[in-house]
Amino acid sequence: MTIQQNLIGRIALNPTAEGGLSAGASQTNAIEETFRRIGEQGGTALIPFLTVGDPDIETTLEIIEQLEAAGADVLELGVPYSDPLADGPVIQRASARALQQLISVRTCLEVAQQARERGVKMPFVLFTYYNPVLQTGLDTFFDEAAAHGISGLIIPDLPHEESADVLERADRANLALIPLVAPTSSERIEKILRNGRGFVYCVSSLGVTGERASFHEGVDAFIRDVRSRTNLPVAVGFGISSREQVERFAQSCDGVVVGSAIVRKIESLIPNLMNADQREDALLQIRKFVAELKV
Amino acid sequence: MIQQVPDAKGRYGDFGGRFVPETLMNALIELEQAYLHYSADEDFNAELNDLLKQYSGRETPLYHAKRLTEHFGGAKIYLKREDLNHTGAHKINNALGQGLLAVRMGKKKVIAETGAGQHGVATATVAALLGLECKVFMGEEDMHRQQLNVFRMKMLGAEVVPVISGTKTLKDAGNEALRYWVSNVQDTFYILGSAVGPHPYPLMVRNFQRVIGDETRRQILESEGRLPNTIVAAVGGGSNAIGMFYPFVHDHDVKLVGVEAAGKGIDTPLHAATMTLGTKGVFQGSMSYLLQDEYGQVQPAHSISAGLDYPGVGPEHSYLKDTKRAEYQPITDEEALDALKLLCRTEGIIPALESAHALAQAGKIAPTLGSDQLLVVCLSGRGDKDVESIMAYENKGGDAE
Repeated sequence: MTIQQNLIGRIALNPTAEGGLSAGASQTNAIEETFRRIGEQGGTALIPFLTVGDPDIETTLEIIEQLEAAGADVLELGVPYSDPLADGPVIQRASARALQQLISVRTCLEVAQQARERGVKMPFVLFTYYNPVLQTGLDTFFDEAAAHGISGLIIPDLPHEESADVLERADRANLALIPLVAPTSSERIEKILRNGRGFVYCVSSLGVTGERASFHEGVDAFIRDVRSRTNLPVAVGFGISSREQVERFAQSCDGVVVGSAIVRKIESLIPNLMNADQREDALLQIRKFVAELKV
Repeated sequence: MIQQVPDAKGRYGDFGGRFVPETLMNALIELEQAYLHYSADEDFNAELNDLLKQYSGRETPLYHAKRLTEHFGGAKIYLKREDLNHTGAHKINNALGQGLLAVRMGKKKVIAETGAGQHGVATATVAALLGLECKVFMGEEDMHRQQLNVFRMKMLGAEVVPVISGTKTLKDAGNEALRYWVSNVQDTFYILGSAVGPHPYPLMVRNFQRVIGDETRRQILESEGRLPNTIVAAVGGGSNAIGMFYPFVHDHDVKLVGVEAAGKGIDTPLHAATMTLGTKGVFQGSMSYLLQDEYGQVQPAHSISAGLDYPGVGPEHSYLKDTKRAEYQPITDEEALDALKLLCRTEGIIPALESAHALAQAGKIAPTLGSDQLLVVCLSGRGDKDVESIMAYENKGGDAE
């Protein structure tokens, strides 16, 4: 039985699972807790991203364990999508590989739960385009996300103006709908941050996800501006791929997201990961790569 | 009950809206404000109307197709000859409008997505005319199907960017154009070709295309003294159809029929019948009907016609379907090809494969109507671009495009 079938079967038998809708916005959220702890220690949260099911579910689970061991503080679990508008070629390719494994949003939730069962402690943020959420059904999605140990959500194609239905359910389920702000947001920042929870995700530059040599020229002023308008932790992402870049943003941010660089590392190691003799070593290489990003 | 749509949030009932990365939101808001400003501006409209007349050759004829009428037996058939526009299709109406808007907004660079190549050619044309730098995103598969149009765009000075992601067709060209726009939003205007995408595109495209319906209305009143009983138009994203339908939406006696591509048949996986088989979803910036699986992954579409080979549809069409103001019917590749050949032989007009879908549906409707009934078909484009793919199709016994 595949994970996907297993999940559907279990949900049919036990539709409310363990979470239900009893949680509320007044409760503390694991992401906020994590940022508070790291902030007290004067550190910067490392937030890696991976695409669930790339190259397969078991490997994703083992990589998640390695990421935590490498010092990851919060993990973004990318839901593969057929039309990833906000993503560059690296994550597009990872999405396509995962879709060949028929990974759905439900599979991703199941993977989150399995990672917990294996003892992974860091909070999970689900990165998903809006349509898979919508097709799951908003109520079902939020019940299941909370029940499967998801603490936050990033929906890159759901701007503030369209987010009311999602925000209401996220608050009820004690999930942080992470607000995204871009260098082009200007006067929108205030409005976007008003209902923000978890942390603020600052998009470092114009464009889609993917490594880049330079950032938007006004990125530091932009981050200062965002910081002056919120008490939430501020994280930066899009294009950050090296320790040097992490250090650069650690000066001004509470957290740094690294996505495409890790996904590319995984991609380059797929043949090794698929080879029983080299798998262990490949997993260690991923761990080492991420550990070097931790400041 | 048909409301005035869209509302202030760009919604057509449940449909439409703005589902895009935050980076684009201010650009879309600026675009909306600029569009609303200039669409009420006398100079802007005078310049656009002058170009439509002197450059594109409007108005296009509303042609009484006598031999086609005789062949079908039944309703009197008129063809709205959008194929006679400069560059060969209705796409120029919208490209001129958005191109002028780009100039007014001070943008020097334009981008576009294209499927069959008609919108790409129209945009390349307008860019040349207005002195703008132009990039057209086109799926690699469509570049093979429509080599002539690729060459045309290059001759017109545009750069054609091959899209190798996903299904390598129109939907992925749209994704890639949006991704490029996110990166270059500050100096680039996205000339979107269909009545799809985030608000204000569906509104803006409809209004730039409504010249089709406005002229048709005036012309049929002149020639017949009354409105048509039925109007038929092909729907991929739906820009020619919405431009044709919109001026008649409140004339409840005028039946509006949209025609989508059934590909190899709606009982096969190879179709683009978004209205017949799709469900509501968010795709390329708006909520509309969509071909998707139960997990919300967009399903690849199929049609012999690159312009209809699209898993989504414009939000206003979804609204017209749900309010039952318009109906949407599927036509297969075979039916469209037969209709294309029929028009060649009865009227000496080679229609685009897209428009042939509307003709095929007209062939189903006309015989059921009395000879006192008027049926208008939007002949959205000409078939020169399709000659090669029709040859390939026939040589391979109908297996390829």
